[in-house]
Parts: sequence; C-alpha cells; structure tokens
Amino acid sequence: MNAKTLAATFAAAMLCASQAQAQTEIQWWHSMGGALGDRVSDLAGKFNASQQDYKVITTYKGQYPVSMTAAIAAFRAGNAPHILQVFEVGTATMMAAKGAIVPVAKVMTDAREPFDPKAYLPTVAGYYTDLKGNMLSFPFNSSTALFYINKGAFKKAGLEPKAPQTWKQFVATAEKLKAAGQQCVYTTSWPSWVHIENFSAWHNVPIGTKQNGMGGFDTQFTVNSPLHVRHVAMLGDLAKKGLFTYAGRTNQGDAKFSSGECAMFTGSASAQGGIKKAGKVDWSVHFLPYYDDVKGAPQNSIIGGASLWVMAGRKPLEYKGVAKFLAFLSRPEIQMDWHTGTGYVPITMAAYEMTRKTGYYDKEPGAETTIKQLTHKAPTANSKGLRFGNFVQGREVIEEEMEAVFAGSKDAKTAMNDAVKRGNDILRKFEAANK
Amino acid sequence: MEKRVVFRSAWLPYALLAPQIAVTIVFFFWPAAQAVWFSFQLQDAFGLRTEFVGLENFKALFADPHYLASFRTTAVFSALVAFWGIAISLLFATMADRVLRGALAYKTLLIWPYAVAPAVAGVLWAFLFAPSIGIVTYVLKRWGIDWNWIIQGDQAMLLIVVASVWKQISYNFLFFLAGLQSIPKSLIEAAAIDGAGPMRRFWTVVFPLLSPTTFFLLVVNIVYAFFDTFGVIDATTQGGPAQATQILVYKVYYDGVKAADLGGSSAQSVILMAIVIALTAVQFRFVEKRVQYS
Repeated sequence: MNAKTLAATFAAAMLCASQAQAQTEIQWWHSMGGALGDRVSDLAGKFNASQQDYKVITTYKGQYPVSMTAAIAAFRAGNAPHILQVFEVGTATMMAAKGAIVPVAKVMTDAREPFDPKAYLPTVAGYYTDLKGNMLSFPFNSSTALFYINKGAFKKAGLEPKAPQTWKQFVATAEKLKAAGQQCVYTTSWPSWVHIENFSAWHNVPIGTKQNGMGGFDTQFTVNSPLHVRHVAMLGDLAKKGLFTYAGRTNQGDAKFSSGECAMFTGSASAQGGIKKAGKVDWSVHFLPYYDDVKGAPQNSIIGGASLWVMAGRKPLEYKGVAKFLAFLSRPEIQMDWHTGTGYVPITMAAYEMTRKTGYYDKEPGAETTIKQLTHKAPTANSKGLRFGNFVQGREVIEEEMEAVFAGSKDAKTAMNDAVKRGNDILRKFEAANK
Repeated sequence: MEKRVVFRSAWLPYALLAPQIAVTIVFFFWPAAQAVWFSFQLQDAFGLRTEFVGLENFKALFADPHYLASFRTTAVFSALVAFWGIAISLLFATMADRVLRGALAYKTLLIWPYAVAPAVAGVLWAFLFAPSIGIVTYVLKRWGIDWNWIIQGDQAMLLIVVASVWKQISYNFLFFLAGLQSIPKSLIEAAAIDGAGPMRRFWTVVFPLLSPTTFFLLVVNIVYAFFDTFGVIDATTQGGPAQATQILVYKVYYDGVKAADLGGSSAQSVILMAIVIALTAVQFRFVEKRVQYS
C-alpha cells in the first residue's frame, strides 16, 4: 500500500466518522420484550430512516421495575438515557424527581415542535399530565382492565353466552357455572389494578384524597370506603365458595383463561394477544361489571401500561431530537400501526378516527371495547388516573391485604383499614423524602 | 511443633496481603459502611434530596408490625430449613456410609443438587407445584387436597422450605459423610460386641461424635436460610401471599431495589448485619472450641 492510497483511505475513514458524528444519538431504554420489542425497534428504525440528523438507539433493559432501577442507577452515575419507559405506578416517583426529568411539554415547546395536548385521548394523556395541564411524560403503551368470558364454557353450562353486566348478575352467573360443574369459574390478573384502581374509577369513587394524589403529595388512601369494602368482601365470599380462583399479583390469571381453565376473567386489554395466540377458547371481551345501585356508575376506566420520560442532563441539541421523535410517535399513521399491531390503545383522537375508517374495529371489536370503556364518560377527578408516591409498595400493600381476605384470614373491613393505614405510612415517607 | 515463617522484609507481608485487603475493603467494608450511612438518611429515589434523619428509619421499622412479623417468618423458615436439611442429610449420609457397592454413584447423585443455582432450584420446584399445571398439584388434587400456594400462606412456606432444603442437603451430606468416615471403626465395633443394636450404636456412639459437625452445620444452615435462599424465594413466591414468605433478606431487596426506599432498606440491612455478626461470633467460638483440626 503506497502513501497515496493510505492517505485516501484515511481521509475516507475520517469522512465516515464525521458523518456518523453528525448524527446525534438518542438512547431509549424500554421494557418491551419479545414481539413487542421488535415493534419498538421498528418504530426507531422508521424514525431513523425518515431523517438524517438523529439516530434513536433502543435498548431492552428488562422488566419495568428493573429498567427503572437501572435508569436511577445510571442517573446517579451521570449517565442516564434520553428516554426511559416507566410503568404507570412509577409516575409519582418520576414526577417528584424534578432535577432528573424534563416535562415532555417543556421538551416540545423548547424545541418548537408543534404540540397540542388536546389532540391526545383525555383518559390516556390525563394520567401523565399535571393539574396545570402540562404533559409530564409521553403516553406510550396504554391498556385498560377488561372483562372476558369463555363462551364455550357458558354454552356447556347451558347458559346463553352473554357477559353479565353488573356484579349482581356476575354472582348469579358464577353460581350457575359452578353448579354445572365448572371447576374454575372466575380468575383475575393484577388484583389491585383491576379491583381497586379501575374499580374506583369505574364507580367514580376516589382511591385517595387530593384527586387521587394528583393534587399533591399530602394525599391519603380512601380504599376503605363502604363500596371498596363491599367489593373486596364479595370477592372474598366468592373465593370461599370456590367461585373465584386467585392466580397471583401480576398477569398469572391470563394463562388460566387462555388455557380454557377458567370461564370468566378480568385482566388487561393486552391479554387479548395471548388468548388469540393460544387459540383454545371461544371468547369475547366486555366492559367491567359494575354495581348498578352506585350513582353514576359506570364512569370510565383508567389506563395501565407505561409512558416515556425524558431524562435531564443532556445537551439542548439532543432534546431537539427527542422532541422530533416524540412528534413522530404522535403521527396518526404511526399510532394506528402501533395500536393495531400491539393491541395498546392509540394515544391520539386522530389515530383512533383513522383506524375506525379502515374498518378495523368491525373485524376486531375487542380493540374498540378498550377505547370505548376508557372514554365511556368524560373523566372526573376520580377517574382521570392516580398519582401516589412509592406506589410500587403501595399497590403491594393493597394486594397483600386483599390476599388475606381471599385466603379467609381477615375480614374485608379490617383488611382495607389496614391497607389504608399501611399505605398512608408509605405516602408520608414519600412526602418527607420529596419535600 | 509449630511451624513459623518469619518475614525479614518490613513491607513484603503487607504487600502480599494488600490484594486481599483491597478486595475486602472495596467489596465488603465500603458497601457496609455505606449501608450504615444510608440507614440514617431519608433520600428520594434519584438521590436528588438527602436528609439526615437519625434513627427515624429504625424507629419506623420497629413500629411496623409487618417488619416484626417478618422476623417471626424468618425464624420459622430458618428453623424448618436447618432442622430438615440436617436431619435428612444425616440420614442419607449414614445410609451412604454403609453402602458397599456403587457408593460413588450414590454419593455423586446426592451431591449433585449443590451445583444447581438457587433460582433454578426455585423455578424447578415452582413448576412441580404450580397451582394449575404442576405434576405434584395434579396428584394432590386427586387425593382431594386443595393445593394453591398462590393464596395459601402455609403451602407457600412449605414450598420454599422444600426447595431450600433440597438445595442444601448436598452440602450437609458432604460434611456428615466426612464426619462419619473419621469416626474410628473400633469404637463402633466395641459397641457392637457389647450388644448394642444399630440404632443404639448410632445414638450413643456416632451421633455424639458427630456433634461438632452437626453444630457447625446448624450455624451454616441458619446463615444459609437467612441469606442464600433469596433466589428460591424470588423465583417462586416473591414474599407472598400476604407476606407469608417474606423473610428479612427478601424485604431488604424488595424495599431497596424494587421500591427504591434506600433509607429503609439500608436500615434493614444494618439490622441483618448485626444478626449475622452475632451468628458468626457464635460459630467461631464454638468451632474453635470443639472441632479438632488435626
């Protein structure tokens, strides 16, 4: 190799390097494993292909609590990613970390990206918006709690395959299924999220004071209200009679329904993918049951899932890229693709309309049930969402107390009083740490 | 005769010790000191605001009935694991010691589970006992037993005890086997000639001679139940249902890592540290006194 070609090669290498440098990299840590992870890479790939200035790099960092812990450790070491996907229970913790995050609304205005908070579904965006109307984090994957029935099991028991609408009808149906020899009548995933959080919103009763914690850290749990106690007591009673099979605190209930073991099931709207894939049951999906003697019920349900938080401490130019990427994610066609591909709800009204026009919901009525339940009525202070500090622990406390009722070792009133007392201790600790 | 090597250089012994000391300081003393320091603080998850709160974290812990219940759970769990772990492996060791043909195969098989990671052991047992798909569950259902450790606290405890004991038997087995082989045959033969049956020989000759080993194993097993069973619990019950299997070390992990409550978690690890220091002190005193090294 002579000196000339060497110099040319060197120059070419330099050129490549400078081109690569000109592209600003944006790190995105997420918790979407498996097929969902591929979808996330797709999104980044499409964005990267759509422009030359920025490159979004996605990294799977493990399940929600793991990636959040990793990001906290990275932040403490001064090396946080630009974008972090955080599950909904981590919202208060992220929001309180004022020096660690940049509100999405600020990222968008600073970068002068067109941004209209009203374009987003109110129940979805509301969960991640402060009382002044500033969007704090960007809603990414949102679902809600729904009610599923196994139509085959209903027919086998000689029942019309119609979902009970109220809890009263639910109990009657459950008893008939049991009498006809159904082993597992009903199960649930995510007990606190379904039976306390969504239950409260659906019946327009508060989970905590200060607008479910959205109005400030000095909030207190109110899940020992007569209605909550009544509902938990009913579930305990069902468990005692063998009409309710408890499956665990996360999504363990999904498998019990998709395998055909249980006839009725409450869980996330995102369970539909798994049920379809298993292909073992003839099923349908419905609104959550409600108590018809509660005034105003049913209201609307709340979301679960995760949102994207923008972490602080990066260069302004990089935030421009983040803003561009979030604007890209809001595009109706991108949202429609995400919605129909994953089962999560679209985050903008425009994407919802666009999907409807394609006739998608005629083929997939389950996908629309989610949106219809979330937007059943205009959200109230009780049904907008919730924001409790250290709610990872708070939810655990509620679940522990519910388990005690299901196991028959505590009565519902004592259990819910204990849940409030223990939950409030956690809230006070959070308040003290985030003064 | 005591052998003694004298270093003539003033710095060489320190230089030789330095790597080990450095490792101990960096990986043990430094984190331990940090835990003590954090236990007096109240800090948000991101470390943006830190406040010195003195003994508040400890006060909050001891005012929490669930933390106190966790002590009881830990005591019950450790006692069960240590007792059954030792009893079963002692039985196996005495049996394996008598086997003449194929002894090596038996011994290898008995030692095998030790190579299995605790988390894997947990998953294995969780599968066998899974509430709706487990093989054991299926058999139990046929016998009319309602097996669902997801909601039955006692069953959950039973599951983690079984998994932890199974995991530890190999270790205990090795020590007991070595202990048994060091017992002079003449003692046992003398007892046999005097007309003592196998049971009598075991309880009056073998067991007392094994007592240093047994005590050593008791301490080691309790420490094991306290700390190393974390993987088993995390892979199966995760402390549930309703805290029925939440032992102290699991709560430290949960509060610190999952719930980002560093102060509370550190306070708990300081308490645990005190417990393990006490246990180790007991162990050393006893081992030094009773075990003959030569």
